[in-house]
Amino acid sequence: MLCLKFVRIFAPSVLCFVGMAAMTGANPAHADNTPVVEITAKRFAFSPNSITLKRDQTVKLRVHSEDVTHGFFLRPLKLDEEIPAGETIEVTVTPHEVGTFMPICDHFCGANHGNMNMTIVVE
Amino acid sequence: MNRPDRRSFLRIAGSSLGIGVLYSAYPAALTQGEANSMFSALGRETGEKVTPFSFVQLSDAHVGFDGPPDPLGTKAFERAVEMINGLPQRPDLVLFTGDLTHDTEDKDVHIQRMKQFQEISKKINVPLIKCVAGEHDAGLDGGALYREFFGEGYYSFDHRGVHFVGLDNVSRAKPEVGGEQLAWLKKDLARFSKSAPIVVFTHRPLFDLRPDWEWFTSDGDDVMNVLGNYDNVTVLYGHIHRDDEHEIGNVHHFAARSLIFAFPDPNGASGPRKPVPFDKDHPFKNLGIRTVNFHGGSQAASRAVSIEDIELTAREFRNINGIQQMLREPAV
Ligand SMILES: [Cu+2]
Repeated sequence: MLCLKFVRIFAPSVLCFVGMAAMTGANPAHADNTPVVEITAKRFAFSPNSITLKRDQTVKLRVHSEDVTHGFFLRPLKLDEEIPAGETIEVTVTPHEVGTFMPICDHFCGANHGNMNMTIVVE
Repeated sequence: MNRPDRRSFLRIAGSSLGIGVLYSAYPAALTQGEANSMFSALGRETGEKVTPFSFVQLSDAHVGFDGPPDPLGTKAFERAVEMINGLPQRPDLVLFTGDLTHDTEDKDVHIQRMKQFQEISKKINVPLIKCVAGEHDAGLDGGALYREFFGEGYYSFDHRGVHFVGLDNVSRAKPEVGGEQLAWLKKDLARFSKSAPIVVFTHRPLFDLRPDWEWFTSDGDDVMNVLGNYDNVTVLYGHIHRDDEHEIGNVHHFAARSLIFAFPDPNGASGPRKPVPFDKDHPFKNLGIRTVNFHGGSQAASRAVSIEDIELTAREFRNINGIQQMLREPAV
């Protein structure tokens, strides 16, 4: 099972953070030393298509939509996120089970939406 | 030689399959006292006496689909129409559980596909055809075009004492029915008592069948909680392109095969969902229809029938010399 903490960061505030980071030389997303994994959603794929996480290790997934609104859904890790068009969301996950999981886009995003998925390997 | 007429042929076809599908799916109306008293008891609750009848579920024709898993386009759908028209007892109605058409971002092409679906489905010789949308019909425009062609996204009607409810879990961006429809459902069912026979038909499964293949409805539990107040509920759905039966609580969930291509058994299949490859020697093997009948009880009885079963029997029929050969097991 997973402990989750949701933080939504919208595009303008991301720019603002980046600006601050440039000034102070520190990336606020890394301020608590939690590793960050960047994922991009674009019709009809996530990139990277596969990521590997460590069991019991907390990570932040930052998912950015490059085009339309997408979903980010994975029942075993209790992920049920919506990524508004052009925005970035951040979700903190701590996987406790080893295995291969397949998050999907569950927000209809076009004619090939049904094949939009990626792999999360937990080892 | 005296060839049997179409009616007796189908009866023989049914029995030569060893499963008697067509014949036993359409038994003559029961007349036993017991059944009759049950029908009148149910009749008091729904406002109409339940009389035995049968109907057919079709699903996932994906009119307009063109790809390697099925290069035959609408052939299986057209065969299904012939099968229905050849049944020894005419079904009262046909329920179509979504993905009537395959999606395309060209609206004019999608309109053509909806028209083509109507052209084929109007050849079905039944008094009543009812549809719900699939995400390939409704996903791109929230169901606007679908509703122009086929009417309301969700609705209910009564037939021979059975209450039918069509639910829409595809017109919103997420796989869900949504609060408004849920409130409507509660209101719609409020007039029925616990034992009323209810048939729900929808596109996606209302339970978590395989969430990472999007085989679920995110607020399906809320729907099932409402349906859980009733003892005789049958849910018919499509979307998964394969025959499936699940009993959850006292609700029976049945999926129909598709009329375009099949998906594999989700149990044990890892990774993304991939269609079963096309087999030119058995093009209709995994495709078919589902028959449902209300006869002796308040629960519907249901069976999946493959188009290939009928095809093979028909092929044998064309080469037969005598009754013995006609009755032998088909080379399935
Ligand atoms: Cu998407």
